[in-house]
Amino acid sequence: MTTTERRPNVHRRQRWEDWLGGFFSSSVGLKWLMAITGIGLLLYVLAHMIGNLKMFQGAYEGGEYAIDLYGEALRSLGGDLVPHESILWIFRIGLILAFVIHIGASAALTKRNWDARGTDRYEAQRHYAAANYASRTMRWGGIIILLFLLYHLADLTFGWANPDFVYGAIYDNVVASLSRPPVAILYLVAQVALAFHIYHGGWSLFQSLGFVNPRYNVWRRYFAIGFAALIFIGNTAIILAVWTGAVA
Amino acid sequence: MDLTLKVWRQASSETEGEFKTYPASNVSPDASFLEMLDEVNEHLNEIGEEPIAFDSDCREGICGTCGLMINGYPHGPQDGTATCQLHMRKFNDGDSITIEPWRATAFPVLRDLIVDRSPFDEIIQAGGYISVNTGAAQDANNLPVPKEAADASMDAAACIGCAACVAACPNSAANLFTAAKMQQLNLLPQGNPERYSRAVAMVETMEQYFGSCTNHGECEKACPKNISIDFIGMMNRDYVKAQFKFTARDAQNKGK
Repeated sequence: MTTTERRPNVHRRQRWEDWLGGFFSSSVGLKWLMAITGIGLLLYVLAHMIGNLKMFQGAYEGGEYAIDLYGEALRSLGGDLVPHESILWIFRIGLILAFVIHIGASAALTKRNWDARGTDRYEAQRHYAAANYASRTMRWGGIIILLFLLYHLADLTFGWANPDFVYGAIYDNVVASLSRPPVAILYLVAQVALAFHIYHGGWSLFQSLGFVNPRYNVWRRYFAIGFAALIFIGNTAIILAVWTGAVA
Repeated sequence: MDLTLKVWRQASSETEGEFKTYPASNVSPDASFLEMLDEVNEHLNEIGEEPIAFDSDCREGICGTCGLMINGYPHGPQDGTATCQLHMRKFNDGDSITIEPWRATAFPVLRDLIVDRSPFDEIIQAGGYISVNTGAAQDANNLPVPKEAADASMDAAACIGCAACVAACPNSAANLFTAAKMQQLNLLPQGNPERYSRAVAMVETMEQYFGSCTNHGECEKACPKNISIDFIGMMNRDYVKAQFKFTARDAQNKGK
């Protein structure tokens, strides 16, 4: 058999990777990082959804909205022991780090995967037997979620995208935003993208972390379906309730 | 049966390839896919054309030499078999069949449908062995092996190294091959002492050539031996745990 000259390795280690050590420059290590940060982001999304459900609680007798008090409680976590908003910012920094690591790792892995796959494509239509819509749209779905997140921050955190924005008046801000149909539709699309992302990610993370056992393997899929459904139902309930005027 | 074949022809790894169409007439439904190609090649010989080059050896699904992308299915549309075990009765008279080589940066086409799979050899050389001399066969049950471990190891050992997993993977990842070759040893007492050194060496050699796993599960479906992606999870676990162990690589780096 003729021997071909071996092509250069698909993946040459960069300097930053040596600095980060073998594990975090390996694809398996990067997937592990994506799973760990993914769990952090799942917990955040769950807490965010539960907090948002306070929209349904409306106003207390004093006229203050439950979700406005909840927002103030988050800002004043730690009470007088720590500066105002300091604990919240610790959470926010952790969240930003989780996003940066999750997205950075996926970008690095995507580059490697494209290099490994090369430019020669199969002529015949590939018949995907196991890959599903969710697993094949993780990258684009993730980008949609990221773009939505940026809009969401501009809309309800900083108020740039919301002409009726009043700092601290969470209830009124949410109602003002979601009463506009284009905004409500945007939020719904993002929830669909998020549900698909969680449907695959919530299962895939167990595989990346090495949690494999026939005893509980089937529950990994149930977990992903349950988590995706829980987040989707909770969040869309708020969007639809505001859009239809049930919460106003 | 009369078929139309659309086959990838490429003279060598240095030249550009192209698809060519060949008729395959009077194909017996009982012929295997490779036997059908043999007949087409005999015809090509007769008319003075270069026969289609493809890999094959045992032709009973145990050597892993053959492997073709047939109509977009690795090893054809039948589950759990290699190309040589696929029979023409799975196709219909008049079908058009597209036959392509495995596609991945790590697997350059040598000729027509033959690719160079030597990165797999490098992964095995990195750790797909045990270093201890086991000597002559011991008496049965001298070395206790749990039945479950023996069964799982045997399932992994069914891997024939055909590379259908890489061909099926949208990322051209070789995780299923590497995991099977690793876990068949890691699960047994003979392989256990080098478990973590093996995990590091095999994973990092694999990653020099192949993409990463996005847990689609396509490899498991394409595998002619139906090897489970559970082994990929086990490989990930061993690789993570190896970070906390003193491995052969750490021994080499000591004092540096």
